[in-house]
Amino acid sequence: MFKWRTEDFSWVDFTIDVLRVLIVLAVIIGSWNTLSSGRISFAQWVNLFIAGLSQGSIYALIALGYTLVYGILLMINFAHGEVFMAGAFSTVFLAEALNRTGFLNTQPMLSIILMILFAGLISMTVAILLERIAYRPLRGSPRLVPLITAIGASFFLQYTFRGLYGSGFKAYPQVKVLQGTVPIGAINIPTVQIFVFVSALFLMLGLHWLVERTRVGKAMRAVSENKEVARLMGIDIDWVIMFTFGVGGFLAGSAGVINGLFRPQGVNFFMGFIPGIKAFTAAVLGGIGNIPGAMLGGLFLGVIEAIGPNLVLAGLGIPGANQLKDVIAFTMLVLVLIFRPQGILGERLSEQKA
Amino acid sequence: MSFPKICLTTLLSLTFCCLTSLVLAAEDCQDSLGCIDVEAGDPIVLGAMFVRSGAVTYLGDDSLGGVELAILDRDSTLLGHEIELVVEDSQCSAEGGQAAAQRLTADPFIVGAIGTNCSSAAQGAMPIINDAGMVMIAPSNTSPSLTNDDFAAGGSHLPAYFRTSHNGLVEGMRNAEFAVQVLGATKLATVHDGDPYTEGLSQVVADTFAELGGEVVFEGAVNKGDTDMASILIEISAHQPDIIYLPLFEPEANFFAAQMQHVAGLEETNIISGGASFVAGFPENTGDAAIGIYVSGPLVTGEAYEALLERWDDEIGGKPPSGYHAHAYDAANLLLNAVASVAIRTDDGGLLIGRQAIRDALAATENYDGLTGLLTCQEESPFAGDCAPGTALAMFEITEAEVYDDNWPPPVFWSFSEGSSD
Repeated sequence: MFKWRTEDFSWVDFTIDVLRVLIVLAVIIGSWNTLSSGRISFAQWVNLFIAGLSQGSIYALIALGYTLVYGILLMINFAHGEVFMAGAFSTVFLAEALNRTGFLNTQPMLSIILMILFAGLISMTVAILLERIAYRPLRGSPRLVPLITAIGASFFLQYTFRGLYGSGFKAYPQVKVLQGTVPIGAINIPTVQIFVFVSALFLMLGLHWLVERTRVGKAMRAVSENKEVARLMGIDIDWVIMFTFGVGGFLAGSAGVINGLFRPQGVNFFMGFIPGIKAFTAAVLGGIGNIPGAMLGGLFLGVIEAIGPNLVLAGLGIPGANQLKDVIAFTMLVLVLIFRPQGILGERLSEQKA
Repeated sequence: MSFPKICLTTLLSLTFCCLTSLVLAAEDCQDSLGCIDVEAGDPIVLGAMFVRSGAVTYLGDDSLGGVELAILDRDSTLLGHEIELVVEDSQCSAEGGQAAAQRLTADPFIVGAIGTNCSSAAQGAMPIINDAGMVMIAPSNTSPSLTNDDFAAGGSHLPAYFRTSHNGLVEGMRNAEFAVQVLGATKLATVHDGDPYTEGLSQVVADTFAELGGEVVFEGAVNKGDTDMASILIEISAHQPDIIYLPLFEPEANFFAAQMQHVAGLEETNIISGGASFVAGFPENTGDAAIGIYVSGPLVTGEAYEALLERWDDEIGGKPPSGYHAHAYDAANLLLNAVASVAIRTDDGGLLIGRQAIRDALAATENYDGLTGLLTCQEESPFAGDCAPGTALAMFEITEAEVYDDNWPPPVFWSFSEGSSD
């Protein structure tokens, strides 16, 4: 582990190792100070952890879209946050209508499934149109070209939806069955957080089944490995890529509704920007292009964000620790890129794919 | 007279005429900051710096609607010239304000600007507008530093700056008085988002609360864009405050209030929210958790204001998305009145408008009967450029009607002018 101890001493390795030790020390000292102060109870830590898992589940669902597209096209679809927004923003009107008629609370599960399907279809359509109109004509061009196009598409989608639905904020109605808490021992876990985690897990398992157990999943993996060989095997590359965008879009739309039920407020045309960046971070943390990595990266990021400020930063006496939540998230990204560039579960990419 | 003499005399006469006309033209504009020369048939151009992108675009939509209605109420003409509005995106940041101001000041025909929405954007825009000799009238900035010219103490006021919105110094002090004297609070927590507006207001409230004998037990911050408030709420609950002062914008304010009801230890704690949350969407989007929250905001009433709301519905549709459209309406009228009062009609039917004269006319505004009350622009720091009547503010209490029945604004709980609860 410590390369500088060997005869191949290098100042770079030495500095990185010192950095490692300092970070570990800071985490240990901060955590020790916080835990020994008893300022936050065990039940509150568990609540923070569960809230982090729930938030992380949403990051994971969005991150899957980034990772699927990267895996198959080696491009970062920076408009994916807006694909998430498209489903969430459009479905808030359906949710309001279901609430007004009373259907939302008399048939909550049916309503939620309906909303997820609706949001999934909207986001899937937006993602497929993006691929067909903005990205496919640029296939084969230098990597920067689709990247810049994706950023432009992101702005285009934001302001299209602002034009459609206005600039004000909307909120998802509260679903009564998801209110309240579930007592587990001495700890009360909010029902909605359990719902978020379970439904995200269900969708992730569905994706895993799709990719690993179906013919189309096999085609996706084949295209991801080598497009030309896959084409020679008779796989319709264009269709598979479009399908991949559609699957990523469906997951993002579903995440939009799940997010709306978890954090009902703040639905507007700009709502996809920050979750998009966080999910991209999660995808890189887990290993971009790696599906289980995106899931793990999302959960990891959510938990670190929820617990990190109070556990480490407050314990180190850093003022305004809660405002540094994003600093923790992006510091994690930098650290992972320094110490494990391929991400937590990623594999080193060949020159051709890197 | 010989031909050469005739030529020489003609040449000298022409030279004299040219020099005389140049001298006369130069005398026409004697304004120390220069003039805007509006030729016959050309429009009078107004600038606007509002949020046109990002999460708080609704603030810009609100102000833009107010300015557009003020122009429409004059049939889009002033002194026989069409009024043209040039809108730039100042976002809600110092960089956005700088960019918007640079674009506006590049146009020599703009007589002045309405904006910005956010105090941070005003800090970026003000030096550029000032150096260009223009004026800016802000409809929704409230940061105390913007009207304070003591630079050593963090002030940033320059002569170009005026505002029709209230000063956060007044709002913050009254908010703290309300917490101590009306609600009987003894322990206060404040939460801002790093914006000069929210941070400045939190500081004024905390200082005044401490001066009144209360204890400030927590001063913290969240980020713009945060959705998960569990971490800071749990931290606050460890300090057991009576009141949390929350001058945040939507949607962070909504997330905070909604998630607070799930945090053990804060069941008896209430929220006082600043003017940024004085928007119909705040109770609607927050739901049950908003009931009982006290919101500080502009108190605009009267028949003229009701008429404005009707025109809003006719011309723009629906209701204004925030609480500062009337301030924007007044700001536009102040600027247009100032232009009308100083413009000099030229022989060719155009207008010559002195830039310093506009500043002087605005600074001399006294008891202008606007929608937001009687406006008088002050000259002395820390209120230099403040034109808003300090009494046009109140503490409102959110009820079920605002959450479920589309009622807005909420009932007044405590009027700043009277200093008593109704």
